[in-house]
Order: sequence, then structure tokens, then C-alpha cells
Amino acid sequence: MHNNHTNEAYGFESKPLSKPRKHDRFPYLQTCLKGGLLTTSMLTTGEAMAEYGLNFPEPAAGVAREIYGIHMMTMTIATVLLVIVFAFVFYSLFYHRKSRGYEADQEFHNSWFGNWSWVIVPALVLGVDLTIAGKADAVLKRVWDVPKEENIMDVKVTGHQWWWEFDYLDHDIKVESRFVPKDKSGDLYLREVDNRLVLPTGVKIRFLHTSADVLHAFWVPELAVKKDAIPGYVTETWAELDREGVFRGQCAEICGTWHSRMPIVVESVSPERFAAWTEDQKAIKVAAAAEASADKEWSMDDLLAKGKGLYETKCAACHQVNGMGLPPAFPPLNGSALTTGAIADHLDIVIKGKEGTAMQPWGTLNDLEIAAIVTYERNSWDNKTGDVVQPADVKQAR
Amino acid sequence: MSTTTLTHDEAHHHEAPKGWRRWLFSTNHKDIGTLYLLFALIMLFLGGASAMLIRMELFQPGIQFLDPDLYNNLVTNHALIMIFGAVMPAAAGLANWMIPMMIGAPDMALPRMNNLSFWVLPAAATMLILSFVVPFFPGGGTQINTGWTIYPPLSVQVGMSMDFLIFAIHLLGISSVLASINIIVTLLNMRAPGMTLMTMPMFCWTWLVTAFLLILVVPVLAGGVTMLLFDRHFGTSFFDAAGGGDPVLFQHLFWFFGHPEVYILLLPSIGVLSHVIPAFSRKPLFGYKSMVGAMLAVATIGMVVWAHHQYTIGMSLGAVTYFMIGTILISIPVGLMVFNFIATMWRGSMTFETPMLFAVGIVLMFTFGGLSGVMLAVVPADMQYHDSMFVVAHFHYVLMPGAVFGLFAGVFYWLPKWTGHMYDEKLGKIFFWTNVIGFNITFFPQHFLGLAGMPRRIVDYNMMFTEFNVVSSIGAMIFGLSHLLLLYIVIKTIRGGKKAESRAWEGAKGLEWELDSPPAFHTWTVAPQIK
Amino acid sequence: MSVKEHSGDYFIPDPSPWPIIGMVSLLTTLFGGALAMNGISIGKFIVGAGLLLFFFLLYGWFRDVIKENLSDCYNKQVDTSFRMGMFWFIASEVFFFLSFFGALFYIRNIALPWLGGEGYLGATNEILYTGFENVWPTHGPGQLGGDFQAMGPWGIPAINTLILLSSGATITWAHWGLKIDNQKQLVWGLVATVVLGLLFVILQAYEYGHAYAELNLTLESGAYGSTFYMLTGFHGFHVTMGAIMLMAILGRSMKTHFSAHNHFAFEAVAWYWHFVDVVWLGLFVFVYWL
Ligand code: HEA
Ligand code: HEA
Ligand code: HEC
Ligand code: CUA
Ligand SMILES: [Cu+2]
Repeated sequence: MHNNHTNEAYGFESKPLSKPRKHDRFPYLQTCLKGGLLTTSMLTTGEAMAEYGLNFPEPAAGVAREIYGIHMMTMTIATVLLVIVFAFVFYSLFYHRKSRGYEADQEFHNSWFGNWSWVIVPALVLGVDLTIAGKADAVLKRVWDVPKEENIMDVKVTGHQWWWEFDYLDHDIKVESRFVPKDKSGDLYLREVDNRLVLPTGVKIRFLHTSADVLHAFWVPELAVKKDAIPGYVTETWAELDREGVFRGQCAEICGTWHSRMPIVVESVSPERFAAWTEDQKAIKVAAAAEASADKEWSMDDLLAKGKGLYETKCAACHQVNGMGLPPAFPPLNGSALTTGAIADHLDIVIKGKEGTAMQPWGTLNDLEIAAIVTYERNSWDNKTGDVVQPADVKQAR
Repeated sequence: MSTTTLTHDEAHHHEAPKGWRRWLFSTNHKDIGTLYLLFALIMLFLGGASAMLIRMELFQPGIQFLDPDLYNNLVTNHALIMIFGAVMPAAAGLANWMIPMMIGAPDMALPRMNNLSFWVLPAAATMLILSFVVPFFPGGGTQINTGWTIYPPLSVQVGMSMDFLIFAIHLLGISSVLASINIIVTLLNMRAPGMTLMTMPMFCWTWLVTAFLLILVVPVLAGGVTMLLFDRHFGTSFFDAAGGGDPVLFQHLFWFFGHPEVYILLLPSIGVLSHVIPAFSRKPLFGYKSMVGAMLAVATIGMVVWAHHQYTIGMSLGAVTYFMIGTILISIPVGLMVFNFIATMWRGSMTFETPMLFAVGIVLMFTFGGLSGVMLAVVPADMQYHDSMFVVAHFHYVLMPGAVFGLFAGVFYWLPKWTGHMYDEKLGKIFFWTNVIGFNITFFPQHFLGLAGMPRRIVDYNMMFTEFNVVSSIGAMIFGLSHLLLLYIVIKTIRGGKKAESRAWEGAKGLEWELDSPPAFHTWTVAPQIK
Repeated sequence: MSVKEHSGDYFIPDPSPWPIIGMVSLLTTLFGGALAMNGISIGKFIVGAGLLLFFFLLYGWFRDVIKENLSDCYNKQVDTSFRMGMFWFIASEVFFFLSFFGALFYIRNIALPWLGGEGYLGATNEILYTGFENVWPTHGPGQLGGDFQAMGPWGIPAINTLILLSSGATITWAHWGLKIDNQKQLVWGLVATVVLGLLFVILQAYEYGHAYAELNLTLESGAYGSTFYMLTGFHGFHVTMGAIMLMAILGRSMKTHFSAHNHFAFEAVAWYWHFVDVVWLGLFVFVYWL
């Protein structure tokens, strides 16, 4: 399976983002206590933040750092304002209460202060507002200033239900990135993908976001800039990574059933390693193309083995590993009229998809891959057609 | 012009009609108010029950017992039921009960239509619930897995249940618009002689502004979902780039409604606070005029900053800058309101009965939520916060204190007036404390979840988010259960208790307190003369 | 107006079954509608039943109102309430139409330039739709619905503009008649208005037929078809409702229900008619002309 080569060769040690939970007799009591402690410690000290992910993770790009700064600034201002409000309220709660014998000052609202507070208070608030807005505006300009130079790197990011496609427009490389089931990803479940988005440090990268079906949103906190993927439109963001590492994010716009299963993993590497990686990817691609185009007759077993892997990465998200689908949203392929009927119809829906449904066209897969998947579907679970679909058949059906 | 009235005119025999007709066919503002409040209470429990399921599902990582579409459908329904089913009807219930009594009017201006605007609600609720249950029937299509914002194209993918939801929104809109018309007309045309706009009670003012907002924005939502319906079934392409449309257009239409909507939820509660805080501080509301001005400012600015929910859609620099600054400026009028409340307490002679406890809690917690709102308003930072649990924390901090607690305060404040009995003060205080503590345990940790990178609307999460989710879920159980106490207190008060005087609270001012507790079926059949 | 003298006599109607019938009829209609739209055939019949009930409700409710009016239940203050109510109802309708106009402006001034490669999201065109240009009318880069011709302003639409404008004049003329208790002028003014209104609807229907049959301009014709039919369609629907209301008012005029001082229903319908008129002017300019 060519798509599972991944980038592990260059991969960093993927360390879990929080310490694995100890499983002992009272796991929940523990987590509760821990969570409670975290919450209180957050209230009392700023220290805990860095350690426990109470705040954004450390940024990995210049713009992200500025955004982090503006976040800390507004948070500080908000905290100060909150303290002021609390102070006044609690002072008054304590001293101006009837049980202490305090008599209400019936003329307070007619005092000098009462008559002018409607000017004074807004003026003060306006001052704070303008401070925030001014700082924010400067950062905003930087965020929106997508570089237009020639030597930047363009990455087209396409959201799909429910995986990501990364096109390195300048390198003619395409990466398909899918979530990895729990048995393989362990503690990184929902934060790990099969193929990572590998990016070089020190290069301005322009992301061009779009979508093949519904809205998605690209969000990697270390890169900071979240952007929606809108079908039929292209939106832009940019980043210049300033440190190496593995940064994890998730799709941040609801996109249907498996919205929770669209992790994004960015692997930031030095330009040299990036160059090596691109070479590798090209080699893989050439090899795969050669394999597929060879007019070789494949045996059923080979196709089934290939097909199983492909099916489980590409199709099982909807049609499930056991082929039962999730009706009514996703039809079962087990025993369905199309997977047990005419081969041509089966190929047709796989290649062309079905408009207006989540079933997208899979024509971008090569002939061998489609042949393998279709063969697999026609001979798995209760489907026992015995048909062997060859790449040549697929070529014809296109 | 004639002064005769029909002999069978109810206004002339002062007792209530009997039996089921009294409730189904009612033209009496108090009865309709009661119906509204009852409906809202049921919906609070329904919406709350779905919130409890949501929190149970999120109690630990992994998918516990909800399939992802069902989870998202619960989220969708939770939001719509809470906002349209619980908060808005409860506020309308208070308006129905209190506005005529406060302004010395015999009833709402258009009593029959008043009943219609109530009865459309159960129809809407039925459609909402149908949208939830039809997928369980064969041929019923898929669950609504879009969230309450029903953004296309995802909402175009959904099956028949989406049509039920769209029609439910139409019905809710009809109800809101009719109720708003009624309230505006009542306030403008039915005030007792001598009561001017600038001397009418603040609760009336807040509702006047709310009603205007509703009339201006609800039809736009109706138009938006109508286009969605056409895109789904009749081949139009408003939200489809292939035809020259744009999915983002729907977002603009939704939030043109959606943002003013949050002030629609907030303002009636501000109105309640403007009565509760002076009453228990035993001194007049600080800054009546600036309150009115602030409210008008909130409404005006609130109408033109909707796109702060869409910073990530790729607007131009000019557009985001405008929406950012506009949004941040809302802190000025809202800050003025908060200030006025604090200044009303300042040098007052305070006591802390349950409504006042809620009021103080609101001032503190709403400010907290509002400040996180200002953080969200800052575009570059919102590039991180958007669609994360941080947003969920923000809006529950403004929605619960800003809207729901305000309504609780109102219920406790006026319950003696409605029922003629004092509620059990001790239970009321217990309710307040469990409620507020539960609330904070539930939603405070969600800020951290959002910052750490947990998106909203996900059924399943990585174990790094476990701790805070566990805390949040446990808080939610405490919070949820505390509402059973509310139910108990209300029922107990209806059934009996210490007799309430006509002026149930020492510091309470206003026409409604001149009437008996409980008031007669028809009140102010002769308008009081305001000096 | 003196609130003081009359607020004691403000008319509070008896308990009434109509609101709850209204709820049942709305629920039935929309429930059936949802089914019908998804190809469940029984849905149509449920819609039919719902609509019947709805018309029964309208009939019953207005009958009660007319009865109360004729038996002098309504004092001046009640009349003011009705007027204000109608005014704010029309205001809400204005905003309903605004959402459709807003969609038109958004698509023409923001969405299409992006698709065509202008402005901030220019990359859209470069990457997804090379060769697509922003011209109006359009059916988008996907050329949905096939080739079509747009509806020009100077044929039927211009005639319709004249028709609606003159109907605005005739109803005002009828109103003048009413104000001086000139029964004849009232009735004939209304008859003329109704005729003009119906003529408008007929021409509009003809125009739709023409568009579908000859111009291949359909609901499916991309952004142009969508906005064109949505705006003119909802407007046409409002004209039809207005015409029905006019007929009801005409009937009542012939029964001399109105007097120079008491004719809220007439005025409400007239306002509504003017509102429909103004919306049409907006349509003419923004949908047909520009
Ligand atoms: C009652 C409801 C309510 C209220 C009152 C508010 C009030 C505010 N909200 Fe909130 N909001 C929601 C309900 C509400 N919101 C909901 C439901 C959502 C999510 C919808 C969804 O996506 O599903 C949301 C989302 C939301 C977003 C979008 C986030 C995102 O999705 O990325 C933003 C961004 O700007 C925002 C901002 C604000 C601001 C600036 C205010 C301001 O009005 C707050 C003003 C108040 C204060 C500022 C505090 C008091 C003032 C002072 C003490 C004076 C001093 C203060 C300063 C100098 C700053 N809100
Ligand atoms: C007024 C509006 C309102 C109110 C009052 C609430 C109240 C609550 N909300 Fe919600 N909420 C929204 C408006 C509101 N919410 C909106 C707009 C969204 C966004 C939706 C979207 O993303 O589309 C949302 C989303 C939302 C989420 C995010 C889901 C996600 O993104 O995945 C969560 C998760 O914790 C949540 C929780 C709660 C809880 C625990 C309560 C509690 O306050 C509820 C407490 C009340 C009760 C519990 C009812 C009474 C008691 C009983 C029924 C007794 C039985 C009790 C037990 C069994 C314990 N809400
Ligand atoms: C994003 C979800 C999704 C993915 C991934 C997906 N499908 Fe589908 N598939 C659907 C949906 C939805 C339908 C139903 C379309 C309809 O309404 O007819 C469908 C229908 C089908 C059918 C027809 C079944 C029938 O009986 O009507 C076949 C065959 C099929 N898919 C094969 C595949 C193959 C092969 C793959 C992987 C290469 C795949 N699907 C991946 C969503 C998906
Ligand atoms: Cu893709 Cu959410
Ligand atoms: Cu908002």
C-alpha cells in the first residue's frame, strides 16, 4: 500500500500531549481531583498554565506568536476589569447591607457623580476598547497580509468528509491524510493521522483552503490561523514555521458524522529534510503509477489484500469495516444491489460518486486501486460474487 | 366614538371562565402568561435533558452511547429548544404577566392574537421534536448533524428531518413576530394616562427594544431558511458556488438574525434586574436615562456587527476590522448597564433574598462572560478561539447568567404576586447556591478545553482533554439536578405557603404591587391615574 | 385621542377558539408540506386539509372581528391598536423581503466578483474556475440549468409597473371617496384596484410561462434564476394575498360596513397594497433593470 509509507522515517518521537492517565482502582476520582486541582490552581497561579495545557500550546510561527501575545493581553485586561467589578460589588455587598444597619442613600443618583457617570464610564471603557482595538489591528494586518512573493510555497488544503487532502502545488505532491483508528494510534487517538502534512521551517507557506463537499476548518493551534474550507471558494492563510516539531490540530467546523475524526498533524522539518522527503514522495508516486499501469493480470488474492487496506482507509469511515454502513446516512455495501449486481454499475458509482450525497467520486484513485477496492467489496462479508475486477476493466469504465 | 361594550364582554364580569376553555381559548394576559411560563419550564427540562445526555457522552473519551449524528442532533435540538423554547417564551411569559399590570392596562392590546402567538409555540415544538424523531422511522432520512446554525451545504445533505426543522423555525418566527407586535402596541398605546415613555418601568423598556429587534431580525432568518428550503428541494443555488451562490451567504443571513438574538435573550433579563436590584437595595435604579440610552445603543450596534461569528470565512481586511471594532464597542453600553447595577447597589440598604442573590450573581458572572466575549471579538485571537470549547464557555456564561438566571430572578421576585404565596426562602437560597456552584463547575473548565485545542460539536475526543471534561460533566449533573429543586419550589408555592401581601417586598415599587396578590382575573379595568 | 376616557372600555374579546385552530391548521399544513417535499404522497392531502382549516380559521376569525366592529365594540383606542399592529406587521414583512434583496446584493456584489477572480478571494478563480467571468445575469461556473435568457425590463415588467402604480392611485381614489362617504366612488375605486391587481397576477403568470417555455429561465438557472424567481415569486404571492384581501374589502364596502370615521380594515388593506407596490418598484429596479 503506497499510502502507508508515511513520514515516519523523518518523524519525530510523537510524544503524548499529556501524561498518560494511570489506570488504577479509582480512575475517575483521580481525574476529578486532578481536574479540580487544575481549575483551582489556574485561578491562583499562572504557573500551572504552561505545564498542563491550560493555555494555548507554544506557537511555532511568527504570526502565531503575535496572536498569542494579543490573547495574553486581552486576557490580562479582562482579568483586571473583572477584579475591579468584583471589588466594587463585594465592597458594597459587605458594607452597604441592611443587616449592618446601613441606610440607603436615596440621593446618590442625583449627586454630581450620578449626573455625569453616563459620560465618565463610557469614556473610560472607550479608552480600554481603543487600546485593545489598536493592538489587535496591528496583529490583524500581519495575519491578513498573505505574502504574494514568488518564492513562497503553496499548499492547497482540501477538506473532504472526513479526511484532508494536501496538494503541494509547487512540488506536484499530493498527500491524503486520514485519522488512525484507536487500536493503532493509542493515546494519540483522534490526534494522529496516517500521512502527515510535512512542512519546512523558515519558508513562507501560503495555504489555499477549499473543500470538496461541506464546510470544514483547518486548525492547528501552533500555527494559529484557523480558516474555513468553503466548497467552491478558496480562502487563504499563511505561516512561516520557526521551529521543528509535530503539531496537532483538528477540523474545527462541523462537517457531519465524523467531524471528530479529522485530525491534522503538521510535521515541521528543516528545509533539507523537507527536500529529501519530497524526493521520496516522488519516487513512491512513480513506483505506484508503474505498478498500476502495467497491464498485468492480478490474482484475486493480491487484489483482495490490496483492496482490504484501501477499503479500510478510504471507505470504512462511512460504509464501516464490516460493510454494514450506518443507515440511513450510509448504505451497507454488504448485500447491496450494486455491490452484488452488474460490475459496470458498481464501478460507475465508485468512479463518479453520487451527486448531492456524501458519496464522492473516487476517480482520482488509480485503476489498480479501484480494481482492488471493487474486487474486495464484491467478495467480502456476505458478498460472494467471485468476480475479479482488473485494472484494465477500470480503465475501460472511466 | 362609542363607549358601549358587548354585554358578554369578559371585562365586565370579573371572574375567570371555567374549565379547559379558560386555557385553550384564553384572551387573558395572565392566563396566557402562565401558559408561556409553563411551556418554557417544560422546554427547559427538555433542553436540559439533552444537555445532560451531551455531558454524559462527553464524560470520558470514546463514544459512550450516542452515535455521532445523534449526538450532533442533540446539540442542535438542545440549542434551539433552550433558546426558542425556554428562554424566549419565559421572557414572553413575564412580559405577558407583568407589562399590563405595570403600565395600568386592562390587558394586552390584541388579546386574541396574544393567544395565537402562544399556541403557535407548541406547534413549533412539535415540529422540532418531529425533526428529532423522524430519523428513527424507516424512510425518515438522517439526523440533523449540523448544529443550531444549520449551515449549508451540510444542511442540504440532511434528510427530511431538516424540513421539519426549517418549518419549526418558521413557526417560531411567526410566534415571535406576533408577540412582538402585541407588546409594542401595548406599550405604545395602552399606558395609563400620565405614564410617559420615559417614566415607564424599565422592564417595559427592555421589552420594547427587544420587540423591535425581533420584528427586524426574525423575518430575515425566515427568509434565510426559506432559501435553504428552496436549495434543498427546488433546485435553486443561493448557497451553491456552482450556480454563482455562496454558502457563506447563509451565514450572513443567519447571524444578521443570530447576533441581535443574543441581545433579545439578554435584554428582558436586564429588565428584571432593573426591578430586583433597586427593590432589594431599597433605592431607585441608578441612571434610568442612561439605561435607556445604553439599551438603544446595544440594539443599534448589535444589528450591525453580526459577522463576528464568521471571522474565519475569509472576509477582507476592511470587513473584519470593521466588525471587530463594532463588536468591541458594544462593551460601552453593556458596561454602562453593569455599572448602573453596581451603582444601584452602592450605598443601598441591601438584603439578600433569592431574587437579589441571583441578581448579584448575574452582575458578576455575566461580566465574566461578557469579557470573554470581548476576547472573542478580537479577530486575530478569535482565529484560535473560534469553534472551540472556549466559545461554548463564553456563551453559556452569558446565556445562563445573562438570560436564564435573570428569568429565575424574575420568577422568584414575582412568584408571590402571581400565586399569592411566599416561596420557601430557605429552599430558594439552597437552589441559588447549588445552581450557581454547579453552573461554574460545568462551564469554567471549558475555557481551558478550548484553549488546549478541543473543538466544539465533537462526540469523541482525545484523552488529553479528559480531566476538564470529567469535571464539567460532574458539574452539569449537580447543575441539572438543582433544577428539580426549582420545580419543587414552584409547585410548593402554587399550592400554598405564607400569604403574600400586595407589596410582597419591602422595597418593591411600581403599579403591579398596588394590586392584590394574587391579582384579580381582570385588573386595571379602570386605568390608574399617574401623577 | 383620549386614552383616559376610554381605557376602561377597552374591548377584551371573549375566549376564542380561533387561535388554537390556527395552531392546528399551521401544524397540519407544514407537517404535510415536509412530507410532500420528500415525495411522501399523503403529504399533499395533509397540506390540503391544513389549508382548508386555515381558510376556515381566517373566515371565522374575521367574521368575529367584523361582528364586533359592527356592534360598536371598538373604541378609538382599540382602533389605534389595530393600526399600530398592522404597521408593525408590514415592517416585519419589509425585513422579510430585505433578506431576499440582501441575497441578491450579496451574490452580485460579493460572491460573483470572487468567483470571477476579482477582489480579495481572487485565488478562487485561479484555482477552481479558470475562464469563468463575472457577468450578470449568470448561472454560475457550473452553468446550472443550461443556457438561458434573462428577463428584460421593458416588456411585461414595465407594463406591470404601470398597472401596480395605477392600482395605487385607484385605491387612494377609493379612500377619498370613503372619506367623504361617497359610496359609489369607494366601490368603483376598489373594483378598479381589484381588476388591476388580478391583471398583474395574470401577466406575471404569463411571464413565468414564457420564461420557462422560451427563455429556459427556470428556478434551476443558477443565481440569476434563483433570485429572480424567489423575489418575483414571493412578491406575486403577496399581490395575490393583497388581491384577496381587496376583494373581501370590496364585499364589505358593498354591504356599507365602512363609514368615513370607521374603516380600519379598509386602511389596513390599502397600506398593505401600497407596501406591495413599493416592493415592486424595488424589484423592477434591482431585478429587471440593473
Ligand atoms: C445572551 C447571549 C450573549 C451575549 C449577551 C453575548 C455578548 C457578547 N458576545 Fe457572544 N455569543 C453568544 C451569546 C451572547 N454573547 C452565543 C450564543 C455565541 C455562539 C453562537 C454559536 O456559534 O453557536 C456567541 C459567540 C460570540 C462570538 C463568536 C465567537 C466565535 O464563534 O468565534 C463573539 C465574537 O466576537 C462574541 C462576542 C460577544 C461580545 C463582544 C459580547 C458583548 O455584548 C459583551 C459585553 C459585556 C461586557 C464587555 C462585560 C461588561 C462590561 C464591562 C465590565 C465594562 C468594561 C469592559 C471592557 C472595557 C471590555 N460572542
Ligand atoms: C439559553 C440557551 C442555553 C442553555 C440554558 C444551555 C444550557 C446548558 N448547556 Fe448548552 N448550548 C446552547 C445554549 C444553551 N445551553 C447553544 C446555543 C449551544 C450551541 C449548539 C451548537 O453548537 O449548535 C449549546 C451547546 C452546548 C454544549 C456543547 C456541545 C458541543 O459543542 O459539542 C454543551 C456541552 O457541555 C452544553 C451544555 C449545557 C448544559 C450542561 C446546560 C445546562 O445549563 C442545562 C441545565 C438544565 C437542566 C439540566 C434541565 C433541568 C433538569 C432536569 C432535566 C432534571 C434531570 C437532571 C438530571 C438527569 C441530572 N451546551
Ligand atoms: C463520506 C462518506 C463515504 C465514503 C468515504 C464512501 N462512501 Fe460510498 N456511499 C456514501 C453514501 C452517502 C452513499 C449513498 C449514496 C446514495 O444516496 O445513493 C454511498 C454509496 C455507495 C455505493 C452504492 C451502495 C448502494 O447500494 O447504493 C457504493 C458501491 C459505494 N458507496 C462504494 C464506496 C467505495 C468503494 C468507497 C471508497 C473508495 C466509498 N463508497 C466511500 C458515502 C461514502
Ligand atoms: Cu471536517 Cu469538521
Ligand atoms: Cu454575536
